[in-house]
Amino acid sequence: MKETLFFSLKYAVFKQSNNGTVLTMSFVEYSDCIQDGDVAIVYLGHESMTPVKVKRGAQTQTRYGVIRHSTDLIGQRYGSKVTCSKGGWVYVLHPTPELWTVNLPHRTQILYTTDIATITMMLELKPGSVVCESGTGSGSLSHAILRTIAPTGHLHTVEFHQQRSEKVLEEFKEHRVDHMVTVRNQDACKDGFGVTGVADAVFLDIPSPWEAVRHAKAALKKHGGRVCSFSPCIEQVQKTCEAFSDQGFEDINSLEVLLRVHDVRTVYLPLPDFGPDPSAQIQPDSTITPPQNHASIAVKTTIPPRDVQGHTGYLTFATKPRT
Amino acid sequence: MGDNVDDDSLYTIKEGDYVVLKRGDVFKAVQIQTKKKVIFEKQWFFLDNAVGQLYSTTFELASGGILQPRKPKDPESSTDTKGAGTDNRNIQDDGKSQKLTRDDIETLKEQGLKGQEIIQQLIDNSSTFKDKTEYAQDKYIKKKKKKYENMVTILKPSCRILAMMYHGREPGKICHLRYDTLAQMLTLANIHANSKVLVFETCAGLVLGSVMERMGGFGSVIQMYPGGGPVRAGVESFGFPAHFHDTLHEFPICHLNALIAGTLDTTAKDPSADLKESDMTAEVKTEAEVKTEAEVKTEAEQKGSPEDQSMETNSGADGSLVPKKEEEEEKRREAKAQEKKVKQEEKRKKLAAAASLLEGRNADGLVIASRFNPCPVLMALLKFLSPSRPFVVYSQYKECLIECYTKLKEQGGTVNLKLTDYWLRHYQVLPNRTHPVLLMSGGGGYLLSGTTVAGGGSKPAASRRDEEPAPKRQKVTETEG
Repeated sequence: MKETLFFSLKYAVFKQSNNGTVLTMSFVEYSDCIQDGDVAIVYLGHESMTPVKVKRGAQTQTRYGVIRHSTDLIGQRYGSKVTCSKGGWVYVLHPTPELWTVNLPHRTQILYTTDIATITMMLELKPGSVVCESGTGSGSLSHAILRTIAPTGHLHTVEFHQQRSEKVLEEFKEHRVDHMVTVRNQDACKDGFGVTGVADAVFLDIPSPWEAVRHAKAALKKHGGRVCSFSPCIEQVQKTCEAFSDQGFEDINSLEVLLRVHDVRTVYLPLPDFGPDPSAQIQPDSTITPPQNHASIAVKTTIPPRDVQGHTGYLTFATKPRT
Repeated sequence: MGDNVDDDSLYTIKEGDYVVLKRGDVFKAVQIQTKKKVIFEKQWFFLDNAVGQLYSTTFELASGGILQPRKPKDPESSTDTKGAGTDNRNIQDDGKSQKLTRDDIETLKEQGLKGQEIIQQLIDNSSTFKDKTEYAQDKYIKKKKKKYENMVTILKPSCRILAMMYHGREPGKICHLRYDTLAQMLTLANIHANSKVLVFETCAGLVLGSVMERMGGFGSVIQMYPGGGPVRAGVESFGFPAHFHDTLHEFPICHLNALIAGTLDTTAKDPSADLKESDMTAEVKTEAEVKTEAEVKTEAEQKGSPEDQSMETNSGADGSLVPKKEEEEEKRREAKAQEKKVKQEEKRKKLAAAASLLEGRNADGLVIASRFNPCPVLMALLKFLSPSRPFVVYSQYKECLIECYTKLKEQGGTVNLKLTDYWLRHYQVLPNRTHPVLLMSGGGGYLLSGTTVAGGGSKPAASRRDEEPAPKRQKVTETEG
C-alpha cells in the first residue's frame, strides 16, 4: 500500500511539471523507460503479444524463455529488444488503448479498434470532452475514450455487474487513468449515468438501449451533444432509432464499418508448358532463359485472411439539439 | 454546468467565425462575413442574420437572401394526406399526374409561399397521390421537402463534419480519403494531447486539422511539407482558437536530407551573408512571394509618375525636385528591404524551431497521407520516431503500401504491420422499411499501420519469426486489430 501511495504522489508531482516531460507510463501519455508498476505489452512475434505487469523481482515465462523484470525490463527503453533465458528475444512495447484492446482479459465481448475509431470521430471526442458510457464491460472502449479526452476530460462509465465494475476500476488505477474516470455500479436504464447536463457525448452498448435514451438525453449538456448506440441486432436498432426520434434527437444515422485485412504475400505461380515454340529465336545476348517445366513467376500481392469478421454491430448516431 | 451567458458564448455564432453550412447531406465551409454574398446549393444569401444566433440553428431562406431562424419544430404541419392506397398496380407513371407546371410552381415561389405550403399544393394537385401507399407517400413528401424546403443549418466545424464535406464535395483534394478511413488513422496513430506528431499530407490540411483537433492544443504537431509552403486551407476551416497555432510547426522536406545528415544550418547569418541566406531560402520562396515582390516593384515604379506631377506643381522649378524624389524612393526601398529581412528572419526562426523539435528523433507518431509515392516519405520520416511508437500511412493505391510493407520488413525496426481498408455501409431504419442504403465499398483508400521498435536491420534468423505465419488454425477474434 505504501508503494502505491508513493507512486501516485510521484505521478502527481510529474503531472504538475509543465514542460511536457513525462516520466511515468500511463495509457494516456507516453514515457520513455520501463518502470516498476508499469503495464507493458510484450511482443512475441507475428500476431502474438501478451500484457505484463512489471514488478521488481518478478519473472514472466514466454516460449522463448524467462524474462526477469528487474534486469530485463526495469530501466530499459520501451521498444527495446529483450533477450530471454533460452536465447530467443521479444520486444517490449509501450501500452496504448489499441494494444490493450487486443491483449486485455475478456470479461465480456469487447469493441475492437475499427468500431472504436469510428465512434471516436463520430461522437467528436477530443481533449476536454465529458463522456458517459454504459456498459463498461471489459473496458476496451473506455481506455480509448480516456486517451482521447485526456488530460482535461472526464468519463462517467456505468456497469451493472458488480465484479466487472470493480475489476475495471482496478485496471484504470493500474493504468494510471483513474483520475479521469468515475465508475458507477448501477443500471443505466433505471438510474441513468449519475450525472445530468454535463456530457458532450453518450455511448450505449447495452441489451436494451432504447430504455436508456431518456437518461442519455438528461446526461447531455443543455447546449446539445452527440449520442451513439451499438447493437448487434437490427431489431434493437429499430427500437433505438424510434426512441431517439421520440426524445427529439436529430440526424439519426445508422451504419456499420467493417475491417478488411490484406496479408502481403509473395506467391509463386508456375508457368504452363505449351511445348517447344518453333518460332522462338534465341538471341545471343538474351537474358531470357528458355522456358522450363519448373519455371514460375514471383508475384507480390495481398491475400485476404481465411476468416474475417463479417459483423460486430450496428452503430447508430444522433445529435441532441439545444434544449 | 451553469446556464450563464458565458457558457452560451461558446455556442454563439460570431462574425469572423468559420462555420459549416448544411442542407440535407451537403456541406460547405465558409467564414461568417457580414454583407458578403454566399452561394450554397444554387442559392445566394447573406449570413448577417446568423450572427448572434446559436450554432446548429436552422434558418429558412427568405426572398432577398435573408436568413430567418426557423421556429423550433413547427409541428410538422402534417401534410394533409387523405388516405392511401395498398399498392401500385394501377398507378401509371406517365408524367401527367402533377397538374402544376414548372411555371405554376415558380409563381407560387414568387408569391412567397413557404416550402411546406408548396409541397401541400403539389400533393393537392397530384392525381395519383391518394393511390400511393403510405410508404410511397412518405417517400414522395421527403423528396419534395429536399427540393422545395429552403433550409440551411449552420454548424460548428469538427473533424467529422469537415471530413464528410471534403469527401462529398472535393474528394480529389484529399486524395479520396473517406471519412471513416480518416477516423481509423487518428486512432491507429494514437493521436492524443501532449504528444509530438509528424504529419505529411497533401489533403488540403484536413488531415493536419484533424490531428490538431485530437491534440486539443497540447503537445506539438510538425507539418512536413513539399514545395514552397505548407497548405493549410483545411486547418482554417476548423476554426481553432489562436493558441492552437502555437503548437503547429512546419518543416520543408527539401531540407530533410540536410537535417538527417546533420548539415542543416539554421543559425542567424550576418548581414553581409544575407545574399547567401536568400540563395538558400530561394528555393523555398513561394510563388506568392515572388509575385508580391514583382508587384511591389511595378507599384513603386507607377507611384513614381503621379508624385512627379504633384511635386512639379507643388515645388517650384528649382533643383530641389530631383533629390526629393530620389530620397522618397530610397526610403521605400529601404522599408521593403527591412520587411524582407524581418520575414526572412521569421522564416529562419521557424525553420530552426522545427529542426530542433525533429533533431531529437523522439516524435510520438507519424501520419502520412499524400499524392506522393509514400515509400520514400515513410522511410525518411520513420527515422524521427522514438521506438515503440505508431505510424500510419494512407494511400489511394494498395500497391504503394505493399511496397512500403516489403521495404519495412527488409529493413526491420517495425512490428505489427497491417495493410487494411474499410467497408462502410449506411442503413435506412424505418418501420418495415429497414435496409442498407449505399455500399461504399473499396472507395475509402488503404492504410498501412505499424509500431516502431529499437534498431533496424534485423538478423535473418530472427526476422523469420515475424513473417507470414505457417498455415495454422486462426481464431476469428485474432484476425482483428
